[in-house]
Amino acid sequence: MSRDPLVLAERAREGHVASGARLIRMLEEGDAGAVDGLRALLPHAGAAHVLGITGPPGAGKSTLVDRIIGELRRRDRRVGVIAVDPSSPFTGGAILGDRVRMNSHATDPGVFIRSMATRGQLGGLATTTYEAATVLDAMGYDVVLIETVGVGQDEVDVVELAHTTAVVSIPGMGDDIQAIKAGILEIGDVFIVNKADLPFADRVAKQLTAMLHLREAPEDGWAPPIVKTEAERAKGVAELVDTIEAHRAHLEITGGLETKASRRRERVFHDLLKARAAAQVLAGTGDGGAALLERLRRGELDPYAAVDALLGDGRGC
Amino acid sequence: MAERKIRVLLAKLGLDSHTVGVTVIAQALRDAGMEVIYTGLRQTPDMVVQAAIQEDVDVVGISSLSGAQMQHIPKVLDKLREEQIEDKLVVVGGVIPDEDAHSLVAAGVDKVFTMGARTTEIAEFIRAWWDEQPSQDA
Repeated sequence: MSRDPLVLAERAREGHVASGARLIRMLEEGDAGAVDGLRALLPHAGAAHVLGITGPPGAGKSTLVDRIIGELRRRDRRVGVIAVDPSSPFTGGAILGDRVRMNSHATDPGVFIRSMATRGQLGGLATTTYEAATVLDAMGYDVVLIETVGVGQDEVDVVELAHTTAVVSIPGMGDDIQAIKAGILEIGDVFIVNKADLPFADRVAKQLTAMLHLREAPEDGWAPPIVKTEAERAKGVAELVDTIEAHRAHLEITGGLETKASRRRERVFHDLLKARAAAQVLAGTGDGGAALLERLRRGELDPYAAVDALLGDGRGC
Repeated sequence: MAERKIRVLLAKLGLDSHTVGVTVIAQALRDAGMEVIYTGLRQTPDMVVQAAIQEDVDVVGISSLSGAQMQHIPKVLDKLREEQIEDKLVVVGGVIPDEDAHSLVAAGVDKVFTMGARTTEIAEFIRAWWDEQPSQDA
C-alpha cells in the first residue's frame, strides 16, 4: 500500500478504510510527511460530532461505547471509534483490549474502530488522538467516539477535543467529595450512572444532581443531564443517545460548536509550538542538547539554569 | 518524540475458549515493547481481517487450542489476500500437530509455535522479521 500521505488522504476521503488507517499510523509515528496528508483532510473535517466518553477504570466504558455504537447504527449514523488504553511506562508496549467489548460491530462497514496507546501522554488520551479523530471526521463518519483510558483525577484532556463529553460514574466509587476533587463535575456535558442495577445507583444520581445544582449556572445555558444506564443489558442507551444528540443541537443553536472548534485550534497550536520550539532550540545546540543534558544529569546544572543556558534568563524581554 | 512501534493483532477463532495462552503471549509482547491489540474470543476470519485493516497492524497472531486450526486459519489467509494485505506477518501458536503445522506454513503462515515455545522466542521472531523489513520511511 502507498505511503504517500496525499494519496492516502485522498483515498481516505473516498472512504478507503486501509488508507485512513495507514495515515493514522503514520501520524502516530510522527512521520515527517504525514502532516501534509492531515492538512489535506482538514478542509473536509468538521462535520462529525466528536463524543468523548470518560470515567474511572471498570465503569463499563467499553461496553457502553459498544451499545452507543449499536444505537447510533440503528439511527443510520456511521461511527468512528478511537479507544485509548495506557502504554506501559516501563517497556513502552501496550495491551489494547477495548475491541473485545465491541466485537458485534467488527465487520460492520459503517463502523471503524482504532485502538491507540497513550505512549507516555498523560491526560487520558494519546498524543495523536486529535489527528486520528480528524482523519475519521474527514472520512465521513457522522460520529467520532473517543473512549479515554480509565481516568482518575485531573485526566480530562478529552474536553478539549470533544463537542460532547460524557462522564461515566458507577455506584460504590467513593463519596461525593471524590467527584468534586476529580474535577469531573466541570467537564461533563452529560453524566452517566452506569450499572444502575447496583445498590446505591439512585444515591449516586441524586448526589450528582445536588452537586450540579450547587455550582454556578453554566454560561452556555446547558444544564448537564444525568442518565442512568445498564450497558450490559443496553438499558437507558436510547435515552442516552437522545441526550447526547440534544447537546449537539444545543451547541449548534448557541454557537458552542464554533467556540469549541476555536479553543481546539488554539490548544493544538500551543501543543505544536511547544514541541517544535523545544526541538528547534535543542537542535540549535549542535549536539541535540546532549552535553547540556549530561551536565544536568550529573547535577552540575539545575533544570532552571539549564533552560537559562539555552534561552537566556528571560528577564531581558 | 514519536517512534515506530510494532503493532500485533492477537485473536482466537471459532469456539476456542482457552484464553490463558493468548494472555501470556499478549503480556510477553507488551513487555517486548509492542502494541498488542487483543480482539478476544469467537472471532471469524472476516472479523480478524477487518480488525487488521482498521488497526493497521504488522503482525496477525492466532492462538489455536481447539484443534480447529485447519478449519479457520486458511480462511484468514484467503481474506488477507483478498484485501491485498498479505504483507503482514502471520504467526500461529497453540496445540498444533506437526502435519497441520506443515500445511499451515504451506498455505502461507509464516511461523507456527507449538507447545513448549518460549514467549521470548516468539517476541524475538517478530522483532527479527521487523528488522528485516525495508525501511518504510517516506
